[in-house]
Order: sequence, then structure tokens, then C-alpha cells
Amino acid sequence: MNVLAMFKKELRSYFASPIAYVVLIMFALLSGYFFYSLLTFFSLNSLQASFNPAFAQGLNASEWIVRPLLRNIAVTMLLLMPAATMRLFSEEKKSGTIELLFSYPIRDWELLLGKFLAALALYAVMLGISLLDVGMLHFFARLEWGAILSGYLGLLLLGMAFLGVGVLASSLTENQIVAAVSAFGVLLLLWVIGWSTEAAGPTLGPILSHLSIINHYDNFAKGTIESKDVIFYLNFTILCLFLTLRALESKRWRG
Amino acid sequence: MIEAEKLTKYFQKVAAIEDVSFTVEKGEIVGFLGPNGAGKTTTMRILTGFLPPSSGTARVAGYDILTDSLQVRRRIGYLPENVPLYTDMKVAGYLDFVAEVKGMERRERRRKIGEIMEKCRIVEVQRMLIGALSRGYRQRVGIAQALLNDPEVLILDEPTVGLDPKQIIEIRQLIKELSGQSTIILSTHILPEASMICQRVIIINDGHIIAVDTPENLTARLQSSAKLLVTVDGPADQIGAALIQIPGVLSAEAKDRARDAVVSFVVESERSRDLRREVSRMIVERGWGLLEFRPADMTLEEIFIRLVTKEEQEVRE
Ligand SMILES: Nc1ncnc2c1ncn2[C@@H]1O[C@H](COP(=O)(O)OP(=O)(O)OP(=O)(O)O)[C@@H](O)[C@H]1O
Ligand SMILES: [Mg+2]
Repeated sequence: MNVLAMFKKELRSYFASPIAYVVLIMFALLSGYFFYSLLTFFSLNSLQASFNPAFAQGLNASEWIVRPLLRNIAVTMLLLMPAATMRLFSEEKKSGTIELLFSYPIRDWELLLGKFLAALALYAVMLGISLLDVGMLHFFARLEWGAILSGYLGLLLLGMAFLGVGVLASSLTENQIVAAVSAFGVLLLLWVIGWSTEAAGPTLGPILSHLSIINHYDNFAKGTIESKDVIFYLNFTILCLFLTLRALESKRWRG
Repeated sequence: MIEAEKLTKYFQKVAAIEDVSFTVEKGEIVGFLGPNGAGKTTTMRILTGFLPPSSGTARVAGYDILTDSLQVRRRIGYLPENVPLYTDMKVAGYLDFVAEVKGMERRERRRKIGEIMEKCRIVEVQRMLIGALSRGYRQRVGIAQALLNDPEVLILDEPTVGLDPKQIIEIRQLIKELSGQSTIILSTHILPEASMICQRVIIINDGHIIAVDTPENLTARLQSSAKLLVTVDGPADQIGAALIQIPGVLSAEAKDRARDAVVSFVVESERSRDLRREVSRMIVERGWGLLEFRPADMTLEEIFIRLVTKEEQEVRE
């Protein structure tokens, strides 16, 4: 019940400030643009394929449009997720409202969960917007919905991990800019860490590849849901939330 | 209702409060009085569970603040020093959120919020953004959120600071009205305020409690001599000389001269001696007019300054 109260309050705050609108509008613009350019590229190729039946074999809308679209959305999230989470705790600390919040009979994990879920809801709205584009495609092309839904599940899990990092960063500072920039930096690092796996050698390579936050997404994109990937994202998120709880506690201990 | 036991809080290596012990009985209004940086806010933050003490503990409403923080927080209402409220929320929406977090059912919330908005006189601003409210109304909303769960203990950190005189009077009145239902502890550095609303005063300076008593007792305890205020219609120098000659009078000081012939004297005598009869008889016998005659109490302000300076002298010695 307390979680629900916190969730509603936080969601209301999102839409009382420009942050939610900016994030949503930027997302709609970017994902709309990605979709449009992928679609034109695809139809150009389809046109050529009509003269070359062999080429047409490998041409399907799921693979040529939806999969790269979801991948691009994941990249956008690197930027938008830190913006969505930066104020969650920083602002409470800066304005002092956290002092009152801590005097209410609400457990630390309840207020953390409420805030996290509010950010997740905002993210879900973004995914919903992109699903409108994909749904439109359904009327013009044959789509492999299994792979698409698995891709969306991957995006959702990936987003949760991103939010976890953002929430943690927000609980460590009272400056929103610092929270956003450090969350972005950490996420980018966790992303690019997978690029150097070959150079890193036989021992370090697999570790880096396992830590890489985006490598675990690839299977989802191909349409296979593997439990090790699901578990990776869930563990990663839970670890972040756990560290956030510790940060909140120590904030209390230090004053 | 509140039992603080040797509360000590260090920030880095500096003690903000040290060995602070006091009790507050059910239904009391107790004032926490001290200059800036005395440790009032620190003590209150410890009581609400926001800050943990470095050592010592306290029981609030029967529960230990360290081991049963949640139970304590169910039973308190807190108004922090700078009234930190969510500026992007509307008054009614904010109160609804607080009531929900405090565990009230939807139907009960409606009724209670209406009742409290009426009590705190914020009904007319309920649709406004908190960020757009004036200081006085913010303060009222702050008090309203503290009252939502019918708290057994109300902790108010400088509830009247920054308000205009009319609002100060209204807020004080409101606090007095609340004393029926809750035990109240409030901090202030305005002395008349403490003596006006509080049944007991805890004077704290530099992290140490230096006196706990009723405002009247504090006054009495600190007067090492008894003082009388005498206003007489007659020649000032003659009156002064005559007063001094009464056995037992230590000093007679002319205070102010309203008109030529009317003078006020503060007559100081040894504490054990009551010289009221002698003084009044002398004045009447000389044929002067006795216009005013009353004991001149030390104001709480004077006591406060004395206590604080006395303590500092002791430390120096
Ligand atoms: N978070 C903190 N970090 C370091 N020192 C602190 C902190 N909070 C308070 N102090 C110190 O503790 C002492 C007591 O401060 P406190 O705020 O309790 O005083 P106060 O009696 O409330 O004063 P005021 O009347 O100005 O509100 C001060 O010397 C202050 O500098
Ligand atoms: Mg203070």
C-alpha cells in the first residue's frame, strides 16, 4: 500500500515537471525517425527484390525493420534513462523533503520500490509508443511476432537494469546533473566493455562479455529467451536497488 | 511520552549534543529553548529517526527510536525546521499522499483531510501549488501534514519562525488548541514564546541541557534577590535616599521618569526578606503618592542570558 502511494506520487511528479514530457517527446521523435528511415530502406530493397527473386528470399520486415529499431531504441535509452531517474532521490535530498519522508511510517524499500516502479512505468509508456509504429507495420507486412515480443521483453529487462543504475546514482548525490552524467557514464562503459572481448584474451574476454550489459540482449533480439540472460538482468537490477538501499541507510547514519 | 537518555551526537569529531536526557509527560507542551547551533534540531532529528544518535537512546510513545523506529514513526507528527514540502504538488493532493503513506484508508482520508484543513485554515488554498504559497500558508500546510495521523507526539522545529506577528499569534493559538490531543515538543529561540505556550522549558546551550523547569520556577530559581517595582509621585532624589535607608534594602534604582513628579524605582532586597510593608509604609508616611507597587520578575530573557553566561563562566574556571 505504501509502495502504491509512493508510486502514484512519483508518477504525478513526473508529469508535473517537464522531464516526463521532454523524455517522451524526444523518444517519440527519435524512434519515429528510426522507424521511418528503416522503412524507406526496406521498401527500396523490396522494390529491387521484385526483379531478383533470389534476393527476396532473405527479405522480411521483422529482421530488416523491427530488430534494428529495437536496437536503436536501446541506444537511445542510454541517454533517456539517466534523465528519467536523476531527480528521484537527488531532488528529495536537495530540497530536504527526504527528512519528512523518512519521518513517515514507510520502510526504505517501500519508498525505493515506489520510485523505481514509477520510472519503470514511464519507460513502459515509451515502449508502448514504439509498439504503435511496429503495430502499424503489421498491416503491410508479415511479422514474426514471437521474435518481436521476445525483443521487447529483452528491452524491458535491459531498461530495468538501466533504471537500477540511474536510481543508484540519484541516491548518491543531491545534484541531478551529477546523477545523470555518472549514470550515463557507467551505462556507456558497461555497454562498450563487450567490444573489447577479443582483444582482452581468453580469461578476461568471457568475463567482460558477460558483464557487457548489451551482449545479453542479443539472444532476445534473435527471438530466443535464455534464462541466463533473464537472470543476468534481474540480478543486475536487484544489486543496484540493494546498493541504493544501503546508500539511503548510510545517508541516515551520516546525517 | 518521550524519554531521552544520554543522547549524544557527533558530526565528524565535534559533538552537536552531549548527554542530553529529559522526559516529557503525556499531554505536556515542552519548549526546547536555545540559541543558534545549540542542538535543538539535532535532538529533534534523532527523536524522529532521521539521525541516529552516536550514543544514548530515546523512547517515544513507548517505543525505542533505534529498534522500533517504524512504530515510533506511526505515532509522531513532525514539522522540520525549513518546512520542506513538495513544491510541485497541490495542497490537497499532497495531504492525500501523506495520509496514504501514514496508512489511512481512502474514506477516512477524505474526512480527516477536510477536518484538518479547516483546523489549520488552509481550505481556501487547497487547489494551489505548494510552491506558490506564502510562507505562512506553507507553515500551516506543514503543520497539517504533521497532524494527519492524530499523532501522540508532535515535534515542531521552530514553528513560528519567519511569520508576521499576526500569523505568529494564530499559529501559537493553533498549537495551544492541539495540546489537548497530543504531547508537544517545540523548539524556539524566542523566549516569550516559550513562556507563553509551554508548560515546561528545556534550556539547551552548546549541546548541553542547562535547565529544565516551568517558566515560573525558572524565574524564581534564578532570582538571588527579590525585586520590587515601585512607582511613586514625588521628588526623585528624596525618594531614592529614603528607600535606601530602609533596613534590608540593597539598592534602589530609578528606572524611568514618565513625568517630572512620577518616578519608578526597582528596589532590590535580600531574597529571604519581604520588605513590602516597610516600603509602602515609608512612602505613605512621607506623604508621597504610591501609584504602582508590584514584584518585578526577571524575564525569561534575562534568565536565559544568565544561564548561558553562567555556564560559560563555569567552563572557564
Ligand atoms: N549535518 C551536519 N553536519 C555537521 N554538523 C552539523 C550537522 N547538523 C548540525 N551540525 C552542527 O551541530 C550543531 C547543532 O546544530 P543544530 O542544527 O541542532 O542547532 P539548532 O539548535 O537547531 O540551531 P538553530 O536555532 O540555528 O536552528 C551546530 O554546531 C551545527 O553546526
Ligand atoms: Mg534548528
